[in-house]
Amino acid sequence: MTDTNASFPARVTAGFDRFGGVLWLPVLLAIVALLLIGQPSTWATLTIAGLAMGMMIFLMASGLSLIFGLMDVLNFGHSAFVTAGAFIGATVLAWLGFWVTGSNPALNVMGLLIAITVATVFGALAGWFFERVVIRPVYQDHLRQILITVGALIVAEELVLLVWGGAPIPVPRPAALTGSFVLGGVSVEIYRIFAFLLGLAVYIAMYLVLNRTRLGLLIRAGVENREMVEALGFRIDRLFILVFMAGSALAAMGGAMWAGYQGLITAAIGSEMMILVFIVVIIGGLGSIQGSLLGAILVGLMANYVAFLMPKMALASNMLLMMTILLWRPYGLLPAVKR
Amino acid sequence: MAPVLRLEDVHTDIGQYQILHGVSLDVPEGGVHVILGRNGAGKTTTLRTIMGLWKARRGAILFRGENISRLPTPDIAQRGIAFVPENMGIFGGLTVEENMRLATKDGRFDAERLARIHDIFPAIGQFWNKPAHALSGGQKQMLAVSRAIVERRELILIDEPTKGLAPSIIRNMIAAFREIAEETTILLVEQNFHFAKALGQTVAVIDDGGIVHRGAMAELATDVTLQSRFLSLSLEAH
Ligand SMILES: Nc1ncnc2c1ncn2[C@@H]1O[C@H](COP(=O)(O)OP(=O)(O)OP(=O)(O)O)[C@@H](O)[C@H]1O
Ligand SMILES: [Mg+2]
Repeated sequence: MTDTNASFPARVTAGFDRFGGVLWLPVLLAIVALLLIGQPSTWATLTIAGLAMGMMIFLMASGLSLIFGLMDVLNFGHSAFVTAGAFIGATVLAWLGFWVTGSNPALNVMGLLIAITVATVFGALAGWFFERVVIRPVYQDHLRQILITVGALIVAEELVLLVWGGAPIPVPRPAALTGSFVLGGVSVEIYRIFAFLLGLAVYIAMYLVLNRTRLGLLIRAGVENREMVEALGFRIDRLFILVFMAGSALAAMGGAMWAGYQGLITAAIGSEMMILVFIVVIIGGLGSIQGSLLGAILVGLMANYVAFLMPKMALASNMLLMMTILLWRPYGLLPAVKR
Repeated sequence: MAPVLRLEDVHTDIGQYQILHGVSLDVPEGGVHVILGRNGAGKTTTLRTIMGLWKARRGAILFRGENISRLPTPDIAQRGIAFVPENMGIFGGLTVEENMRLATKDGRFDAERLARIHDIFPAIGQFWNKPAHALSGGQKQMLAVSRAIVERRELILIDEPTKGLAPSIIRNMIAAFREIAEETTILLVEQNFHFAKALGQTVAVIDDGGIVHRGAMAELATDVTLQSRFLSLSLEAH
């Protein structure tokens, strides 16, 4: 790194990586946004909203990224799990009635946790079925993967319409998590804090599984080189099904959380999020959980800042973000495979 | 003694191409046995077929008498066959330690074996907790071989381990392979005749997807006529 023959950009990059590198990008984005927005309290509210949204997108994106990375499967049906999670979460919340709407905060939070758990478990089971029936016949064939998963997505959305109808459905939000508190002149929505903490907890759990367990070691190795994992004697198809179930469960969890955040949901809720989810997976680096988290936070912040500054540019700004990052780092910010 | 591995008339297709047309080969128990052949002759395809990474269309692959040609790769590995592929198959994002640990059956190292591996390849110990992508080409090759011997195997398949290595490292590799071959059988694919000659007990020459010569290495090493017949094709006779 002290190589004086290295080109100037190479030296800058090396120095940059030594001090945390791309991990500073969200901070940089936040600083630029503060300068553009001007009012610190508005900026703080948008930042918290962006972090919360980022964490919910992380839930949806991390599983997809692992599925891409480990299984080399292009699953365009991933958003079906987000939608299913949203509707199942909303339905359970409605069933729980006064648990959710009553004035007992413990019951409120319990109600929300039950709804999220039911959605997540459903996601895992549906993921198991989906891998068996839809994905397994088309391993190693990207074109057919796209066709069949898009087809499955359409079927799933039709099923949602059949069960829940086409009209938007209101999502009861637990009383204790409704509203906000004021901290240093900044109004903070409680649900956003909850979403952020839940996402963080999931990230930490995933990090520990991937880095501290033998299963995690196998998954990380499989992301790099499936064939070699098999040549070492491990049945990679068993890993595939586990990862697919976990990824689908997380998508459903993200969907349930997002439903509570939106307050009103339609069968398009998953598809609407998918563009952002794909952007996150691509800029983070396929198969990289750290990358997914970084990408999700960037995308969440960008979406909220730009929605305030130039509402019409909200989605385009994230597309631009993706293109800029890919020009700079074609494999994403934190690629799982070290070349 | 019965061979560890026997290939009987093995045919392998890759996609629509017929790559191996009837490879027959015996690998005797113990020592180093070499497959020589020019670029594109089918050496890698032969090893990958044994490992189940390509499936043989016809013929049998007998490992200690059992036909493994229809088994999935993990089952073949579990029979005690290790594979060191041409590209080494190192997991760059994992540390050296994690690469090695993956090759153990239950995640535990045998301390004595590990100490011996560290003796044979000091770089392994030196970079133990470093990410493997930071290793040099030669060190990666050492890691790939170490991974194959972290537990005792019945048979180790190694594809061109000397490719791109400096002569001094090749000398180390010869010593290392001699030691490894004391407890197991090595089937070695090579283009470096010097390396092959130093190690091999038997040799098979493959060309265009079929075996064209089979015999003792000593015979080929001393018989210039044989060499010019089978090796002139492109082997660099270092
Ligand atoms: N994936 C593939 N698709 C199509 N043809 C292939 C593929 N892999 C190998 N071949 C062909 O099979 C033949 C044998 O290849 P193989 O890799 O076994 O040769 P090799 O003896 O290992 O050569 P080298 O010394 O260059 O490694 C070659 O003609 C090659 O072009
Ligand atoms: Mg080869």
